[in-house]
Amino acid sequence: MSTQVELCPGGPALVRGADEVVDGAGVAHATTRPVVAVCLCGRSQRAPWCDGTHKVVTAAAPPPSVVGAP
Amino acid sequence: MRLPRPRGPFSERVFAELVGSDPSPTPVEATSASVLSDDDVQVALWALYELHYRGFEDVDPGHEWSPGLLTTRREVEQRFEDALRELTGPAVDRAIGGAGTTAAQLLAVIDDVEDDPHLDRFLQRAATEEQYLEFLIHRSLYHLKESDPHAWAVPRLAGAPKVALAELQYDEFGGGRPDRLHSTLFARALEGAGLDATYGAYVDVVPAQTLAVNNAMSFFGLHRRLRGAIMGHLAAFESTSSLPCRRYSAGADRLGLGASVQGYFDEHVEADAVHEQLAVRSICQRLVDEEPALRSDVLTGAAACVALDALAGRQMIDAWEQGCSSLLVGSREEVA
Repeated sequence: MSTQVELCPGGPALVRGADEVVDGAGVAHATTRPVVAVCLCGRSQRAPWCDGTHKVVTAAAPPPSVVGAP
Repeated sequence: MRLPRPRGPFSERVFAELVGSDPSPTPVEATSASVLSDDDVQVALWALYELHYRGFEDVDPGHEWSPGLLTTRREVEQRFEDALRELTGPAVDRAIGGAGTTAAQLLAVIDDVEDDPHLDRFLQRAATEEQYLEFLIHRSLYHLKESDPHAWAVPRLAGAPKVALAELQYDEFGGGRPDRLHSTLFARALEGAGLDATYGAYVDVVPAQTLAVNNAMSFFGLHRRLRGAIMGHLAAFESTSSLPCRRYSAGADRLGLGASVQGYFDEHVEADAVHEQLAVRSICQRLVDEEPALRSDVLTGAAACVALDALAGRQMIDAWEQGCSSLLVGSREEVA
C-alpha cells in the first residue's frame, strides 16, 4: 500500500501505510495500527500521536511552534 | 451465559417465554416511569438483543427469529425510540438550526450535553478503588463486545463510508492480531483489576441506565433504517473517548490498579483520536453527503450516545455521593 497523508481541519493528520513517524527530535516511532493520527497542534502528551488535546486548546491558543516565531 | 435475573413482572414473563419452546408475545404495561430508567423493561430488552450476539445456554438459538419475541421487542423498541427522540430532540434541532457541515453539527450536538456528570474527572481525581472497579463493571457490558453493535452497519453502507467503517473496525478488532482485539484488552484489564472477565458476568448488577446505553447501540445497529443513528452514535462515542480515557488512565495510575487497566485506556487515547476523525469525517460526513435524509438520524444517534452516557454517569455519581454502591445489589461478591 502506498503512503497517504490526510489533513483533518483543526485536528491531526491521518497517515496510512507508514512504517514509522520521525518526530522533531529525530526519534523514529513505529506505527502500530493501520491508520495513525499524527499531532499537528504541538500539544499532545503522547507525541507524535494525537491524543485529542487540540480540541481543548485550538480555540484558545496558537500552537507552541507559532508562539514567538519571527 | 445464562439468562439474567428478571427485575419485575414484564421481564419475568419475557424470560418465561424465552425458555419455552414456542414463545408468545408479551404485552408491555404502560408505566409512568421513563423507559430509560425502567429496570424491568431494560433487562428484558437487553436479553432480547443478546439473542443476536452470543445467546444464552438456557435459550433455544432458534428463538433469535421467534415471531413472538420479535413482536415483544418491537413493542418495547417503539417506547424506547419515543423516549430517545424526546431526550435528544432539542439538541438535534439546535444542531440542525446551526449552519455548517455535518461534521460541525455533530461536534455541536456532542457538546450539547445537559447535566454532564464529569465522570472522567471524578475517576481521575477522587474515586476510591471500589468506585473505580464499579465503573469497570458498568463498562464491561459494552467493552466485552466492543464495536460489535456498530458492525451491524457494514452491509448497510456502501462506498467510502463502508470503507472507513471497515478501516476503523479493523483496528477495534485487533488489526489482524487476536491479542489486540479491544474486547480482549478490556477482559485483560478486568482480570488485572481482580474482576470477572467472563462475558455477561455482571449483567445482574448494572442498573437500567447502563443497560439503556447498551440497548441503544443494539437498537440502532439492528435496524437498517437507523444506519445513520448507529454511525452518529459511533462518531459521538469516539469523539468523547480520547480525553476521558486519558483521565481514566490517570485515575487507574493514582489507584495503582495495574498495567492492564492503564494500558487499555492508554490504547484508547491514541486509537480513538484516529477513530474520531474516521467516524466524523470519513463515515458520517460522507454518509450524509450521499444520503441527506439521514442527517437527522446521524445527529440523533450522536445525541443519544452522549445523553445516555450522561444519565449512566449521573447514576454512578449520585450513588457515590450518597455513600452507596452504584450497582444493584449490595456487593459484587454476591453475584461473582
